[in-house]
Amino acid sequence: MPDTDDILLSMKDLCIEGRTDEEWLDIVKGVDLELRKGEVLGLIGESGAGKSTIGLAAMGFARDGCRISGGEITFDGIDMRKAGEATKRRLRGRRIAYVAQSAAASFNPAHKLIDQYSEGPVKHGVMSRDEAESDATDLYRRMQLPDPDSIGFRFPHQVSGGQLQRAMTAMAMACRPDLIIFDEPTTALDVTTQIEVLAAIRDIVEQFDTAALYITHDLAVVAQMADRIKVLLKGEEVEESDTRSMLANPTQDYTKSLWAVRTHARLEQPPVGEGRPVLSIRNVTAGYGSVDVLKDVSFDIHPRRTVAVVGESGSGKSTTARVITGLLPPRRGEVLFNGEALPPDFRRRSRDQLRQAQMIYQMADTALNPKLKIRELVGRPAQMYLGLRGKALEERIRELLSLIEMDPDDYIDRLPSELSGGQKQRIGIARALAAEPQFIICDEVTSALDQLVAEGILKLLDRLQGEFDLAFMFITHDLATVKAIADEVVVMKDGVVVEKGPKSEMFQPPHDPYTELLLSSVPEMDPDWLTGLLKARATAADG
Amino acid sequence: MGLFTGLFWLAIAVVLGLAAGWVFRMAVAAASPRPIARELRTAPLTASFGMLIILIYVLLAVFAPLVAPFPETEVVGTEYQPWDNVHLLGTDNLGRDMLSRLIYAARNTVGIAFVTTALAFILGVMTGLLAASVGGWVDQVLSRAVDVLMAIPALIFALLLLTIVGTSIVNMILVIALIDSTRVFRLARAVAMNIVVMDYVEAARLRGEGLLRLNLREILPNAMAPLVAEFGLRFCFVFLMISALSFLGLGIQPPTADWGSMVKDNATLISFGDITPLLPAGAIALLTVCVNFVVDWQLHRASGLKE
Repeated sequence: MPDTDDILLSMKDLCIEGRTDEEWLDIVKGVDLELRKGEVLGLIGESGAGKSTIGLAAMGFARDGCRISGGEITFDGIDMRKAGEATKRRLRGRRIAYVAQSAAASFNPAHKLIDQYSEGPVKHGVMSRDEAESDATDLYRRMQLPDPDSIGFRFPHQVSGGQLQRAMTAMAMACRPDLIIFDEPTTALDVTTQIEVLAAIRDIVEQFDTAALYITHDLAVVAQMADRIKVLLKGEEVEESDTRSMLANPTQDYTKSLWAVRTHARLEQPPVGEGRPVLSIRNVTAGYGSVDVLKDVSFDIHPRRTVAVVGESGSGKSTTARVITGLLPPRRGEVLFNGEALPPDFRRRSRDQLRQAQMIYQMADTALNPKLKIRELVGRPAQMYLGLRGKALEERIRELLSLIEMDPDDYIDRLPSELSGGQKQRIGIARALAAEPQFIICDEVTSALDQLVAEGILKLLDRLQGEFDLAFMFITHDLATVKAIADEVVVMKDGVVVEKGPKSEMFQPPHDPYTELLLSSVPEMDPDWLTGLLKARATAADG
Repeated sequence: MGLFTGLFWLAIAVVLGLAAGWVFRMAVAAASPRPIARELRTAPLTASFGMLIILIYVLLAVFAPLVAPFPETEVVGTEYQPWDNVHLLGTDNLGRDMLSRLIYAARNTVGIAFVTTALAFILGVMTGLLAASVGGWVDQVLSRAVDVLMAIPALIFALLLLTIVGTSIVNMILVIALIDSTRVFRLARAVAMNIVVMDYVEAARLRGEGLLRLNLREILPNAMAPLVAEFGLRFCFVFLMISALSFLGLGIQPPTADWGSMVKDNATLISFGDITPLLPAGAIALLTVCVNFVVDWQLHRASGLKE
């Protein structure tokens, strides 16, 4: 084994506590960690596993309301727990850098990129202002940002999300640190953009032989980036080994269950006959202001079928949902429900038309009124549309809660704040079911959830579809979800339907070029995938 | 020496006040059901003290006839009697008992201020939520109308309106409520604007909920925290406005006791080094401070800030 001089960062029995109301709760419970120079360690786990907290602790920092309560943190021989603020300030930015999940929220919107880039090196006295600026241009070029000479003089809102994330990585590299902490740097990005950022990050980490902690919840991503992987669960280590052996044969049950998530697939539905679709969108053109967001969009959704609408941000998926629900009347075209044209504006629709098409939202947090109890959240549609009162209503609410696998006695009088993320999403589903609809729009319902929880939601939706003959329109950007749940797929780009058809055809070549790009950009659980893909794309571009 | 003695007694008063607040908090928490008790235990001592004093004011106002040693308006002695065993705080410019009038004034001034604030809130919150949830021209008309009303200085506007409609308690209540509702409107609209864009409001609209239910069940409960806090603050302002109008002779009319006019009636005593006319002013100040203690606590809770 390598000698200990090589070790850059080590944590021994690290404990971190967080304060809630009156008491301190353990967030990280005795984690050991060692990182050698030039090595990339992947930290993986669900939300609440303590990944980000450990990442910040590597800089000797604890968030507000948290404290490092035990253990040792040593960075290159410096005890980070005993070091004073001045020592830590000299290290941060210069020898340890941090790349946050949302570059858009982390850049100061009032300053140009290059000004924010230069601040670190100039403050730490590593470079003069002019040197920093020319260095920035050089790094922007290496990160393959467009117009590296001038992009630094733009404000954060003037560049795209993927470019901003790369600019932030460049900024972290500014002082050529020994260690960079990447906290979910690609989670907020589209798959095609994610590739570019991943490739750029890996490139630059290799070029400068920088050590990195790569924090993510996405296994396929970490497989591309890390030399070793550490799996965390609720503040404790589950297992750690090098990437290849971790992927090939995980030893712990929890790790195996994480690996197994992506294998859920829905039974193939028989092909649709010539029956009447529940919902059909005919040549819809719609938009805001003078811009057309949707251009001549048409597709059908048949009873008991799940149609997945796939596309990147800005492709018009959510706008399609707004047209169907009547929130955005289209400029041209119409929406037919059971062969009958729906009034374009929801205010002109009859109560029954409203009842038939329900919606489940992406963020269950904002989709449930935080001041109402579950009884009213779930009961209101039943009361309103079906006229249930008193005992009948109570029974119906209990029945719905049982359907979504939540114990009525326990949950009926709770507030949304007393539920977990997955449970909130289940309540959203129950609310949609309460109206007894034929058709439900699911807008990115699983994208805010952990994989295991999302899996449970998908299975539940699948089961309910069979029980109640529902048709689903499933809006998502995640192709793994599409594989898991869809019968038919509609691929959208820039407001146009690029390709549509049954799932089995969709995942078989030949594809439309955009579908091809989208499909090939989904990370796979193979550590050589990114290298192979980049090579293949380079040859394709040359040829 | 005088300064130090003063500071010493002030310190004693603060300590006693906080101690009283602590005892009060413990007593109420012990008597309340569990969720409320939990909230109460997190209340700072200043807020506990504030709640205690407000409770005392309310009790005095409600039970004024039982507590006060003399009737409100009856002349029971000679003018400007000094403090003694019969008239604990002396008598006023007509020979009425000062202590009794102070107690009755709690009833009049606080009661009227409460009704006025409540009216201002009903009007302001209703229009504010309507403007936010309907939007469009309704919002424009309401907002611009409020802008016009707010452009005129409040006290001058109140004086003007009261001279037009005539001075009576009902008129005063209505005028102050109208003027104050403009401020409430602005707040309610701003808070509701952030709520109407939430998905659950969209879900309710798509469900086909009527405007009334949309506002009362979906928007209002989520806007409550800042509105309650504002209620406390507004209450103080209304209170001061009533006192100011009374002091100017346009508010509560004699012989009804109220703190503003009591200061005015007895102001001459100040020239003789007697602090009696300051007592009603002190009563106003203490209530204002206490209401703000409680409001600060509520604002702190509503904003979700940590220490």
